[in-house]
Amino acid sequence: MKCRTCRNPAIIDLPRHNANFCAEHLQQLCRRQVEKAIHDHRMFEPTDHLLVAVSGGKDSLAVWDILHELGYRTTGLYIALGIGEYSHESQTFAEDFAARRGLPLVIESLRDDHGFDVPTAARATGRVPCSACGMSKRHIFDRVARDGGYDAVVTGHNLDDEAAVLFGNALRWDVEYLARQLPLLPARGGFPRKAKPLVRLTERETAAWCIVRGIDYIVDECPMAAGNKHLAYKQALNLIEEESPGAKASYYLGFLERMAPLLSGLSAQQADELASCARCGSPTGAETATDGSTVCAFCRLSEKARGHEPVPVEMLMSKSARRAAAKEARG
Amino acid sequence: MRVLLRNPRREITIDGRRRVHALLNELGLSREAHLVIRNGELVPGDGELNDDDEIEIRPVISGG
Ligand code: SF4
Ligand SMILES: [Zn+2]
Ligand SMILES: [Zn+2]
Repeated sequence: MKCRTCRNPAIIDLPRHNANFCAEHLQQLCRRQVEKAIHDHRMFEPTDHLLVAVSGGKDSLAVWDILHELGYRTTGLYIALGIGEYSHESQTFAEDFAARRGLPLVIESLRDDHGFDVPTAARATGRVPCSACGMSKRHIFDRVARDGGYDAVVTGHNLDDEAAVLFGNALRWDVEYLARQLPLLPARGGFPRKAKPLVRLTERETAAWCIVRGIDYIVDECPMAAGNKHLAYKQALNLIEEESPGAKASYYLGFLERMAPLLSGLSAQQADELASCARCGSPTGAETATDGSTVCAFCRLSEKARGHEPVPVEMLMSKSARRAAAKEARG
Repeated sequence: MRVLLRNPRREITIDGRRRVHALLNELGLSREAHLVIRNGELVPGDGELNDDDEIEIRPVISGG
């Protein structure tokens, strides 16, 4: 197999492009797709200071690497979620990457800075872990961006992530979520601008980027992810993709091009009134506490979770995930 | 060849030469969801794997 661009030996086949690429031209393709996403959705100005949410996984390290390479001023933000060994390891990958590139990394710890962790919050509130986790992360991204004066928050969501979320939203015809499922959300009411520059790259491509660039990342899955719907949607879409290469891209990018504009009236309606949280000052839809003050969802979650004794991650893992972890520990 | 699989981490042995695609099919693994790495380098779908190779089949789907 030869590289489509230079005819040297290829290192990867990309059926959706009906082509193979060498390491150099795979990188060129990834860079161009990111530049196109940035350009088409007018994500950034050249002078913007970007806060990159890094998890230690392939996507967030890839997006940080690419934006840095493209000349953007970037700072990483790692949030220690307190998910046992998985969190420790992923933090190391984030720190190592930052150190090797000489890039600044802000670290915020749920346990040290807020008095709880994801497993405890899930147990204390009865939410599924990913919901407690996602809400905490979004809150912290927003606050760090606001306090630090960053121009935008960048996340590593890729084409597979967005196609899977689109699939879930379309299965429920959740038009409010559909209207907001965009690669760029402008700043509004104290919330920072949010951008997803990897939406034109599949996760196979972002993983390949990391491998050819020598970036070590956490390959192990978060132990809380097992069995979530998001994974099932991704697998379903990959079955379709194997039968008709390019299906994921045309599904999601076609949504952006032809469907999202029809929904834009709805997302404008949602730019509704926001109040300030009485505890932390963050903007929030008017959620009211028992004493009549307005308290944001994160502060309500953290109040409950702080009062709960710490819950070890194993207690929230499914039986099969626990068995697999025990087996792995035995070697 | 020795094959390292992830999530959970385990190792299996496969006898005989194979192309990458054939190996993935045999193991029932989606081409769209995996990459094959030998000595730190990617091996494309039609790449030949030898009996004495040590490879990693790395899943690329993440579930957050
Ligand atoms: S899988 Fe769920 S709990 Fe784990 S990091 Fe992702 S969102 Fe958080
Ligand atoms: Zn080439
Ligand atoms: Zn608050």
